[in-house]
Amino acid sequence: MSQHRPYEPVIGLEVHAQLLTRSKAFCSCSTEFGNDPNSNVCPVCLGLPGVLPVLNARVVEFVIRMGLATHCTIARKSVFARKNYFYPDLPKGYQISQYEDPICTDGFVEIELEDGSKKNIGITRIHMEEDAGKSIHDLDVDTLVDVNRCGVPLIEIVSKPDLRSPHEAYQYLSAMKQIVTYLGICDGNMEEGSLRCDANVSVRPVGSVTLGTKTELKNLNSFRFVEKALQYEINRQIALLESGGQVVQETLLWNPDQGVAIPMRSKEEAHDYRYFPEPDLVPVLVPEEQIESVRKTLPEFPMARRDRYIAEYSLPKYDADILTESRDLAEYFEATVRALKRRNPETAKMASNWTMTDVLRVVRERHIEIRDFPIQPERLAGMIDLIADGTISSKIAKDLFEEMLASGDHPGIIVKAKGLVQVSDEGAIERAVAEVLEKNPEQVLKYKSGKHQVFGYFVGETMKIMKGKANPKLVNDILKKKLES
Amino acid sequence: MTKTFGRIKADLRSGAASCESITMEYLGSAESGRRYNAFLSLFAEKAVARAREIDRKLKAGTAGPLAGMVVAVKDVISLKGERVTCGSKILEDFVAPYDATVIERLIAADAVIIGKTNMDEFAMGSSTENSAFGRTKLPQDEDRVPGGSSGGSAVAVKAGMCTTALGTDTGGSIRQPASFTGVVGLKPTYGRVSRYGLVAFASSFDQIGPFALTARDAATVLRVIAGRDERDATSADVPVPDYEKALTGDVRGVTIGIPKEYYGEALDPAIRAGVEKGIEALKAGGAKVREVSLPHTDYTIAAYYILATAEASSNLARYDGARYGYRAKDVRDLTEMYTRSRSEGFGAEVKRRIMLGTYVLSAGYYDAYYRKGQKVRRLIQNDFLEAFKSVDCLVTPTSPSTAFKAGEKIDDPLQMYLSDIYTTSANLAGIPGISIPCGADKQGLPIGLQILGKHFDEATILRVADFLETCNM
Amino acid sequence: MVTVKDVEHIAKLARLEFSEEEKQKFTHQLNRILEYVEKLNQLDTATVEPLSHVIDLQNRMRDDVVRPGLTAEEALMNAPAKTDKFFKVPKTVKGEEGG
Repeated sequence: MSQHRPYEPVIGLEVHAQLLTRSKAFCSCSTEFGNDPNSNVCPVCLGLPGVLPVLNARVVEFVIRMGLATHCTIARKSVFARKNYFYPDLPKGYQISQYEDPICTDGFVEIELEDGSKKNIGITRIHMEEDAGKSIHDLDVDTLVDVNRCGVPLIEIVSKPDLRSPHEAYQYLSAMKQIVTYLGICDGNMEEGSLRCDANVSVRPVGSVTLGTKTELKNLNSFRFVEKALQYEINRQIALLESGGQVVQETLLWNPDQGVAIPMRSKEEAHDYRYFPEPDLVPVLVPEEQIESVRKTLPEFPMARRDRYIAEYSLPKYDADILTESRDLAEYFEATVRALKRRNPETAKMASNWTMTDVLRVVRERHIEIRDFPIQPERLAGMIDLIADGTISSKIAKDLFEEMLASGDHPGIIVKAKGLVQVSDEGAIERAVAEVLEKNPEQVLKYKSGKHQVFGYFVGETMKIMKGKANPKLVNDILKKKLES
Repeated sequence: MTKTFGRIKADLRSGAASCESITMEYLGSAESGRRYNAFLSLFAEKAVARAREIDRKLKAGTAGPLAGMVVAVKDVISLKGERVTCGSKILEDFVAPYDATVIERLIAADAVIIGKTNMDEFAMGSSTENSAFGRTKLPQDEDRVPGGSSGGSAVAVKAGMCTTALGTDTGGSIRQPASFTGVVGLKPTYGRVSRYGLVAFASSFDQIGPFALTARDAATVLRVIAGRDERDATSADVPVPDYEKALTGDVRGVTIGIPKEYYGEALDPAIRAGVEKGIEALKAGGAKVREVSLPHTDYTIAAYYILATAEASSNLARYDGARYGYRAKDVRDLTEMYTRSRSEGFGAEVKRRIMLGTYVLSAGYYDAYYRKGQKVRRLIQNDFLEAFKSVDCLVTPTSPSTAFKAGEKIDDPLQMYLSDIYTTSANLAGIPGISIPCGADKQGLPIGLQILGKHFDEATILRVADFLETCNM
Repeated sequence: MVTVKDVEHIAKLARLEFSEEEKQKFTHQLNRILEYVEKLNQLDTATVEPLSHVIDLQNRMRDDVVRPGLTAEEALMNAPAKTDKFFKVPKTVKGEEGG
């Protein structure tokens, strides 16, 4: 797109992540979804007269995890503030959030660019806040309000305007999803609203150091259209500037169905939130020891893990990328490798292949989570051990895998019970080969006259006699020896 | 019937009265004193049923420490299944689906709750004239106000309609009506009593406290309602002492501070004389008395009205007609519903304070007003902390005037605000304060003497108050 | 000095409305009160830390445990209007209200 060359986009993202706590941020109501409207409610989240919020300790633990994972400074003291505005799904008329003293500041996240190089995206702040309820507007005259979601804990992660393309924004958002899911603090599901994204977008001539006028683009709530929406807005701004116009600072709502961003009509006072310190909540103090103890619980992150797989198991980058996509999958793979009797690049690659293809296939078919996959990593490792030591063939392993899925039994037990053990008894194979050659003198002549394609026929016939259990390598070797003698 | 809880307990022991007969008597007084408009609701049947139950417990020897005490509750405290109107049209029909912590504690201690009392709307006022349900009248002179905002509770105690009553004090709303009506009113330390279930006016100022005929009865109630509550993050973990044990009738060894700024030119001479008589009695009783200075006293009202109204503007945002409370009729859209419900539902004083509070928090003004107010608040608290280095408590007048005429200040908000001049400082600093009767002026209107104490040292101010009661002023 | 226009702006923020007469009265009263609080500027508070909580408390938290709340019926018992288990409010004029 040559017309874009003189301009570069400047993008900052505000990501909201819904925390996976059992109870809400400031009351003991369940955070469970899908319940009847207004059934996960209590006087506190309904904002009834006289109630008071009490902070859920796990919210603090989760946000510290996020702060550490993104290299932020964790504030020794942080406070809550009220953000005041009127909306039907905001029962108190204010949202409890953080303003002047957020709990995490000044961090960064590493993303991978298209050319494989890495870039740090700065994080200005991460703060804790509560979610609003749900208004259903699709009626002509009325709006219906469900308070269930009110008070569900959120963290808001505000990036610096460090992103220079829609693709970088996508990579950043993917990294966010990966981090929150690795940390186990959010399920990362954008489509269901557990992860939400707004963007601040501006453009400027390449080489300029000042920022252009920005617009706020709301509702980028799907990985599918984040890039598209950002590109739309960048193109719009460039077109405006190129036609001699000016970008107006405004808030736009992305409409994914029409593929356009629509300005929100907003009155000037709609943005005067009148923040002030929340008098009903006391400051959160985070001592050094708490930071250190949370730090110890942090998992290894995807990029580090991927590099380690390549170095330690000699896996191709392709495999390492897929395996580290989610923490659950990576941990399944690693548990499998740990349980192998013989651990070497060959068996590790086998573990990788089985995890990436067969395990993931079943997970997708059944719409289950890795952690609910019926074959335990130790059992899968047991099966790979049987292949590696020649007890079973890879072909039989496919059947064994299905048996394990169905019965959940130990592979060794199934192999014995079903007689799946590979026959490597040379005498038995020789006898079978002799029988096949004896019965097919014409084919033998053909082979000897140079028509080697009949070899497959001999293998098949031998296997038939051996009921498929013969060690295929031995069958090949013995057949060759007999035919060429 | 104006009996102390001590007398009631003696009557219960001797068989001269039962919890039921006591409750009936109070209900009778409430009925005959209807014209004072002290109560917004009376729970006659429930109270009698409950009293009978407590009589059974008394017989069985299983009754709680407040058995025989009949309590009225300011209608800003949530009592499950009953309306909590806050004196406002906007909550006229609102029924609370939960109990405030203080209510749970009173009930667990076997108090009988007789009804909910009238108040200035959302506790905003100093006269109980700002109620959507009519003003409360001073029993001694019905043309006058009983003070506010907890005027209904003060009158209920004064007129013998209950043994004690709960009020709330944000800038003096317990102490000033106690002073006007001639009863004891205690505002505990901020954080001493759980605010869970108290409908917020200004969250960093509000405290629940008792009205009673004596300091001893106030001490008894405080002991039951005080203490840490998991549902209120601002409630303190400080142990609750046996306050009654602190009432030794002796003030020897107590050092009393007289803050000179509270005795300026503007003070009514009759009130000055009354309070000075109290100070003389303390001296005679062996207390040391010395003058102290609270240099930022003059900034108290200004800081208070900025901070309290700011918090109020946010606390009262929830009354929007959406989920509960008054909703204006025939509204076309959401904005109209909000605006008309709130404009029709709130009274003038409440709207005035929401406006002031919204203004001081709005873009561009926060630093000049709100942050400035918070800084001055610290200076005011520091004044007290400094003074308490050399004294155990402070003695001041409660109010610069005795009960004034209804309508006298209603059109001059600033004058009304200035009548809180001696009480708001305790709320800014978070310290406890008590008002006790201390003689009367020429017209026979009660004068109140205020004792202010250190954080969480209600014991000392109760001890001094109890001593002064025995001096028979 | 607060003007009638300021009063109108603040009223909008607070979702309140007033008659012309009330606006005049409020403007006057607000100005008197603001004039009075001007006296705070006599104090030099440059080095004073703002005071938000009068009692020094911190880290008052609860464990992440679910406890029963209200039923939908109890939640809706004071609702001025409801449909099924929802609170019902008039429609929003698009874009006019919101965070």
